[in-house]
Amino acid sequence: MSTHSKAAEKFIADKERTAWHNQALWFVREKRDRMARSVPEWEALREAAARTKIHTVTHLAHYLEMFERNATANGIHVHWAKDAQEHNEIVYGILKEHGVRHLVKSKSMLAEECGLSPYLEERGIEAVESDLGERIMQLMHRPPSHIVLPAIHVKRQEVGELFEREIGTEHGNSDPTYLTHAAREHLRDKFLHADAAMTGVNFAVASSGAFVVCTNEGNADMGTSFPKLHIAIMGLEKVIPDYDALAIYHRLLARSATGQHSTTYTTHYKRPVEGQEMHIVIVDNGRSRILGNPVHRNMLKCLRCGACMNTCPVYRRSGGYSYSYFIPGPLGINLGMLADPKQYSGNVSACSLCMSCSNVCPAKIDLGEQIYSWRQELDSLGLANPVKKGIVKVLNTALRSPGMFHFCIKAGRLGEKIAPHALLYCGANAWGRDRELPEFTSRTFEQIWKEELSSSAPAGQGKSEESGK
Amino acid sequence: MSSKETILEALKANSPAPVERGPLGFTPMTFSDPLAEFRERAVKAAAARCILIEEEDDKASADTEISGNRVTSSDDRAPEGFATEQPGLRPENRVTNPGDRTPEEDKSSSIRERIASIVRRTYPEAKRIASNLPEAASCATFNPDELEDPRDLAGTDVAIVRGAFGVVENGAVWIPRAFRHKAMLFIPEALVILLDRKQIVCNMHEAYVREDFDTYDFGSFIAGPSKTADIEQALVIGAHGARDVTVILL
Repeated sequence: MSTHSKAAEKFIADKERTAWHNQALWFVREKRDRMARSVPEWEALREAAARTKIHTVTHLAHYLEMFERNATANGIHVHWAKDAQEHNEIVYGILKEHGVRHLVKSKSMLAEECGLSPYLEERGIEAVESDLGERIMQLMHRPPSHIVLPAIHVKRQEVGELFEREIGTEHGNSDPTYLTHAAREHLRDKFLHADAAMTGVNFAVASSGAFVVCTNEGNADMGTSFPKLHIAIMGLEKVIPDYDALAIYHRLLARSATGQHSTTYTTHYKRPVEGQEMHIVIVDNGRSRILGNPVHRNMLKCLRCGACMNTCPVYRRSGGYSYSYFIPGPLGINLGMLADPKQYSGNVSACSLCMSCSNVCPAKIDLGEQIYSWRQELDSLGLANPVKKGIVKVLNTALRSPGMFHFCIKAGRLGEKIAPHALLYCGANAWGRDRELPEFTSRTFEQIWKEELSSSAPAGQGKSEESGK
Repeated sequence: MSSKETILEALKANSPAPVERGPLGFTPMTFSDPLAEFRERAVKAAAARCILIEEEDDKASADTEISGNRVTSSDDRAPEGFATEQPGLRPENRVTNPGDRTPEEDKSSSIRERIASIVRRTYPEAKRIASNLPEAASCATFNPDELEDPRDLAGTDVAIVRGAFGVVENGAVWIPRAFRHKAMLFIPEALVILLDRKQIVCNMHEAYVREDFDTYDFGSFIAGPSKTADIEQALVIGAHGARDVTVILL
């Protein structure tokens, strides 16, 4: 069994909860559909996004240099980090220089990727998550289970109990409005008294040297409004050419991610304001290597909207923790394989190849097709499942000749009649774990054709007619 | 070699053949009645309140009929164009010297009065009303730009700012910083946005090609009050930013 299916066993053991989780994600998928239908040019917009991303990906060095030039001219300090370690060192260096003990941060999957929070905690810097979903997960000491909806797997009662313990809310009150407003009060204090703020970057506009952060809560905005120091971190593929490109992506982002026409706040940072110091860290951490991979470089087009996981039937019914990579769903399967195939190959089985992810991706990334491609690459990586390899060998023998094929069919019919149930449904029969084996019919299709269909075939076909019509 | 050089070299070495951008490929959606559609989206999609300034006249005259003597005040002589700090709502006084005022002054004082009336009606409990705008002089209780520390904005009930333009497709308003502290847009319990109704574009493509767009140092497209659905996908208004947003269309 793959790591994904083993991990998912725990999740699906609770049928009701699985159904609830499935419904919750499908609800978000439906909201996305409503948005897509409300924009007549939706498919043309996706095409424009895809094309602009490909253009950008084939000119990354050019746009990154442009961005650095313009951002620097605007007064922003630009840093470059080759990998996660260097990113953490740079961020820590800036914080240490400013004597920071308390950092407030908004959501960043890049920070997760680099393991920033534990790195800072080890060095005596508290990094408080300000996004409500992320804060819930932080207080639970668990990672997010979705890149946009971090606590989608958590029930309101659980949040109620957590907040009662951690921030002193009323016992037994699990009303989302009450709990959200309690979090508002609790985090307000953190915003006002943090020494520094960190944000991710949704878009870095090369032509202007500005960067954009999109939130519904206003947490990134509150965070960056009070401390003197603002550090923004970005994967290098977040750079975009100009505002025309930004229009395209902005129109797709929230509609794909949460089913809204726009996030509440689309905040543009261009120049530091009165005494504030702004830094931005551009991170590679394998992205330049992905650029050199012709089959998988499309992953650099990703807007991190999460639409792929909202639609994925496997993700919906197994949850983020069933995946061994920190990002789940179709996005995570692909990024994990690019990061470390040996460690994360257990996830490629978490796919029914339905291609729904490719269908909803605003940047038209061929997510499903790439997963299929990884499956074909597994054997050459030495990672193919030995049981499946064995089955394929057996099938190869069974299907090699008509004689062998017919013998196997007869043996199968006999085996089905006389073999004891326990043998038929033994551990080797993975298919039979949740399913009844199909019944062999008494005649193969070939026999039916020979005995019945060829003689009643329409004129011009069948062996009894002359050829050459 | 610096990390920057390492990264750029790797990107150049691994880059596939350049692909050109090409034209946009479609005509973005427009709306036959942008003002009406903007109001609808701002209310339905963004959960904001959207008021045409002249609507206040009908409400105010209705009040006059009921209460008999309700009049608004005008304070042309407030120091530096701002209202002074007031503990509560200001007493109603009418001071008119018709001979002293030009038609422009009349018009702007009428706008000030109507804005003040809307703010008082919408936020009757508000005690701390922040604004540096002359249009807000009749209701602002302090000038936020005079504060050194943005943290002192905590406890602001209402902030009144100017929006540069609205966007129909998402009901958002672009607000470039024209006040000292960024916190103005996020820390008050309620945000009032003054918007010229002629400054409404249909979509984000139109927004970003506006000539004066790139002149900001900090700005935000704000679509209604702060919200979240992080707890069981239940929509809650009022996460960390303003719990209430009123767009007054001038």
